[in-house]
Amino acid sequence: MTADTAKNFGPAFRTNWWARAGWLAAVLYAAYAANYLDVSWVRFLQGLGNGAAFLAEMVPPNFSRWQLLAANLIETVQIAIIASAFGILFSLPVGLLAARNLMPSWITWPFRAFIALCRSFHPVIFAILFVKAVGFGPLAGILTLIFASIGFIGKLFTEAIEEISLKPLEALRAAGAPFMSVIIYAVLPQVLNRFIGFSSYQLDANLRNSTMVGIVGAGGIGGTLFAAFQRFDYDFLAAILISIIALVMLSEFISTRIKRVFQ
Amino acid sequence: MTVEEQTDGSANPQRSICIENLSKEYVRGKPVLHNISFTVEGQSSVAIIGPSGTGKSTLIRCVNKLIPPTSGNVYISGENITHLTGRNLRMARRKIGMVFQEFNLVERLSVMENVLCGRLGYVPSWRAWLRKYPQSDIDKAFALLESIGLLEFARQRADSLSGGQRQRVGIARAIMQEPHVLLADEPTSSLDPKTSVEIMELLVSLSGEHDIPLLINIHDVELARRFTVRVIGLSKGGIIYDGPPSELTNDHLKQIYGGENWLQ
Repeated sequence: MTADTAKNFGPAFRTNWWARAGWLAAVLYAAYAANYLDVSWVRFLQGLGNGAAFLAEMVPPNFSRWQLLAANLIETVQIAIIASAFGILFSLPVGLLAARNLMPSWITWPFRAFIALCRSFHPVIFAILFVKAVGFGPLAGILTLIFASIGFIGKLFTEAIEEISLKPLEALRAAGAPFMSVIIYAVLPQVLNRFIGFSSYQLDANLRNSTMVGIVGAGGIGGTLFAAFQRFDYDFLAAILISIIALVMLSEFISTRIKRVFQ
Repeated sequence: MTVEEQTDGSANPQRSICIENLSKEYVRGKPVLHNISFTVEGQSSVAIIGPSGTGKSTLIRCVNKLIPPTSGNVYISGENITHLTGRNLRMARRKIGMVFQEFNLVERLSVMENVLCGRLGYVPSWRAWLRKYPQSDIDKAFALLESIGLLEFARQRADSLSGGQRQRVGIARAIMQEPHVLLADEPTSSLDPKTSVEIMELLVSLSGEHDIPLLINIHDVELARRFTVRVIGLSKGGIIYDGPPSELTNDHLKQIYGGENWLQ
């Protein structure tokens, strides 16, 4: 086809001026914010020097207080496991009652609101609230992570239920099955796999979070970590960080195994 | 028309579907079904034919109140189920078996579990959850699976089956209810022609064997002619024809489906 016989169809792709303007605005704002917050190259280089000195004090890690470390780690794991168990247990009914394809709206909205509330605060804020409410110690950490778990699994579980096929439900209703049997036979089999996936992911997340709630006094290794930090006990700090890494990697390994069993 | 009149003198008076002046409006003033009345009883298979969107599915779902009718009455074996709710409705639904266009099996459960779903109306939830069905139910399920040629698949997951096999499981599930009447909503629409014939044969023979009146929605006129003793032609929400398939003429079909080129 030659140039004079070719029809002019116009451009094949439309230029999205709004998107281009958006990108430009984002870049300009980042530059402005960096300037405003005094983020500069000089300060970054200074910081690197401090960081090197800090790291140098961390080696070699000091494991001489291993008994304290082990006791703290065990408490951390216990917080995570107890919180996961109850969190998963509670998020099952909460997630179910918040699913809009199974429940009338006057039931779903309070449960959706509850899930939203659980998700609206970072665990540290919950931890501060619970430390005030029930005092220092692991109980506050457990309560914190139960709420965090309900927020996370509850929401994902609700979404999983809202995506199921309603055809088997119709069949079981037509057979006169009671409501609980419909849930057990037509809903759970469709979402069980994903629920186990969410749960093992949450156990993982709870292990990581339970190392952190201790910073505000809610039990676990976080408290010791914070204390070591404030006493400039950097070699012990390094030992704590290494044990946390080992713990999280171990939990990753275990949760992979768990998922494989249920596939 | 009263129920007594309907059930008088039939072979098996306790088993029937009687629909009386049934209307359904999804939107006020725009009836999808308008004043439908007919009775199916005894050992008979009745086809409802009609174009898509004419309310066939709505009609059959009004029978077991999966869709509540706007007005009119539905009697199952003489019992008016139109105003039942909750537990009473569930008890009534046990008497109404239903077979679906897309089988509506629980894909992730085994064939046996799917067949036993037909007993969920009879078994408490906790027993169903623990799979503690009465032995008689399990024996019946095995016998049924054997009779439909799926015994070796009993422990396999339902999603490993072919379309025809799945529909057989769907039919077995409905029969497990020991229903008084059997509804089938386009049971062959998702299947190839050969399998469709086999499924229709199975439905009609089980209906005869267990003495269950059968009401089938079907858009395939030839299958309806071949397997049923009575055809109800539905168009624009009303009954256009109600009689034996032999008297169903091209004029009737033109009236039901509209147009005529497709008839040649």
